[in-house]
Amino acid sequence: MAELTYREAVRSAMREEMRSDPRVILMGESITGYGGSYAVTKGLVEEFGPKRVMETPIAEAGIVGFAVGAAMGGLRPVAELMTVNFALLALDQIVNSAAKFHYMFGGQWSVPLVVRTVSGFGQLGPTHSQTFEGWFASVPGLKVVMPATPADAKGLLLAAIRDPDPVIFIEHSLLYSTKGEVPEQEGLEVPIGRAAVVREGTDVTLVGYSRMLLQALHAAEVLEREDGVSCEVIDLRTLRPLDYPTVVESVGHTHRVVLCGEDWRTGGFGGNLLSEIQDRSFDDLDAPIARVAMRDIPLPYSRKLEQQLIPASQQIVDAVRRMS
Amino acid sequence: MYRKMVQIRHFEDHAAEAYAQAKVGGFLHLYIGEEAVAVGAIAAVREDDHVLGHYRDHGYALARGCDVKACMAELFGRETGLCHGRGGSMHLADATKHFWGGHAIVGSHIPIGAGMAYAMQYREEPLVVLDFFGDGATGNGIFHEGLNMAALWNLPVVFICENNLYGMGATLAEESPVSDMMIKAEGYTMPAVQCDGMDVLSVYGAVQQAAEHCRSGKGPFFVEAMTYRFRGHSMADPELYRDKEEVRRWRELDPIPRFGDFLVQHRITSPQELAEVNEEVEAEMLEAVRFADDSPWPDPDSVDRWIYAKPINPEAPEEAPSMAGNPAGAAT
Repeated sequence: MAELTYREAVRSAMREEMRSDPRVILMGESITGYGGSYAVTKGLVEEFGPKRVMETPIAEAGIVGFAVGAAMGGLRPVAELMTVNFALLALDQIVNSAAKFHYMFGGQWSVPLVVRTVSGFGQLGPTHSQTFEGWFASVPGLKVVMPATPADAKGLLLAAIRDPDPVIFIEHSLLYSTKGEVPEQEGLEVPIGRAAVVREGTDVTLVGYSRMLLQALHAAEVLEREDGVSCEVIDLRTLRPLDYPTVVESVGHTHRVVLCGEDWRTGGFGGNLLSEIQDRSFDDLDAPIARVAMRDIPLPYSRKLEQQLIPASQQIVDAVRRMS
Repeated sequence: MYRKMVQIRHFEDHAAEAYAQAKVGGFLHLYIGEEAVAVGAIAAVREDDHVLGHYRDHGYALARGCDVKACMAELFGRETGLCHGRGGSMHLADATKHFWGGHAIVGSHIPIGAGMAYAMQYREEPLVVLDFFGDGATGNGIFHEGLNMAALWNLPVVFICENNLYGMGATLAEESPVSDMMIKAEGYTMPAVQCDGMDVLSVYGAVQQAAEHCRSGKGPFFVEAMTYRFRGHSMADPELYRDKEEVRRWRELDPIPRFGDFLVQHRITSPQELAEVNEEVEAEMLEAVRFADDSPWPDPDSVDRWIYAKPINPEAPEEAPSMAGNPAGAAT
């Protein structure tokens, strides 16, 4: 095992796959000399050259459309969209092109494309602090991945690049500098579509992904220490296709569940998750399913205002305490 | 080329008839009047060059030599259709013919064509991409994003703008500050020519020049074909926005009799031979309609097929079903 930051883990997945597969190309805004707005692609153009690490115009729809075409032409493009907020400009290409071609042309070709983008906040104001994984996860034809740890970031990105279907790979700006153990073996995938039980427990299941997984783990420690409550924590890792059996099995023995997300409460991913768990696990539940989510308010700039909206471990702790 | 144009014309006539009989549903956009553009352009390039078009796409499919019966069956929503009834009229495609679709979000395929051209350039293959769109698409941001990238990276793509004077019901004057779309290529330092889209030889010549330019590594080229659709935007169009006299004047320029006359005048063929072509094509179309009519509907249980090339089912993780191959991936 080697200790890497989340940022280094994402970069090492791209580097390894580019070394082993000449079809893999990267493209995005300011990803060469600048190294990417979160410095993820730093050093890659020096190793692979501008033909494989392409500096693009600021044109998100064009970038994804171009990447779809490159994928159809036999390449394996990894397109970086600076943040998920800017990915809205590319929604048409993601939803109407990438996600549709394999189905609507009767399986004649697929679109092996990865769109890497970033969720997060930090006094960035209302247009730069949003979280839209639920939108992408609602589209058949897409696979949606949101890793929480460096090991998963690397393994899932390797799997995403090798996957023949379009994968939306959402990183988190507040995770980039977190560190974790990553297997040293090159090319080791983490399979798409499998959740992980990252902490075993008996009293309540906390379901999270990306940054909220870390918040859930912290909440679990607090609850064990202060309340003697044993939390089982699940990292979904992939939102589509979603590993419901792992969640259902956990709820089967804890009988309580808290869904931890940081997108808006209305229309957010947790709502769909909640309805599905209720359908599958109703008889196992001893309490209504609880949800931690962002209040339906644009995230403001001011630190004081922002802090009171961002979902964090305290809300998870509170949700569990209200259940018992 | 004459036969191809007649094929498209007769195909569209039968499609319209089938639409009236409710055998074809949804939206149906006919290519009648514009046949010379698809036929002239596609005849001017190699069979392994790539073609993308917009939703008025029957002409590209037939000009590319896609199976006529499979095209008709796709309109009828049958399993034997080109896309097994999943795409319909606006989404015809045949990867084996390097025809990569019918794209029904206006302009969306413009950067896609540029991306395909990049893959050709990346592997140093001497192929070009023909990317067809209408005048209406030039008002969309994606048009400019696609042209910008193609010019920036010197990509082998021929952008073919079918200027038929209307963006659905909007006149050129209502949708664009310039009436010549080729002017828009200038800002991207892209060479451009205008050709007579009602004359198959004019289109052929322009696209041949453009493709040669692209193939020799000189970057993208813009061709504007001045054309006209004789029918409405779709079958649902009452055509309140244009007058009948204008339509009549353009019908006098019908590319099919015009090319037929040329062939006869230059003693390349005889009127009898042209009449025979028309009869043969009509028989072919009747057969295509019969085939579509007699074809089976898709199996209802197959409705969730092809959502993914590699379906992942967390409910049964031990299963790892693999679906149809990926010609794009296999091509490398």
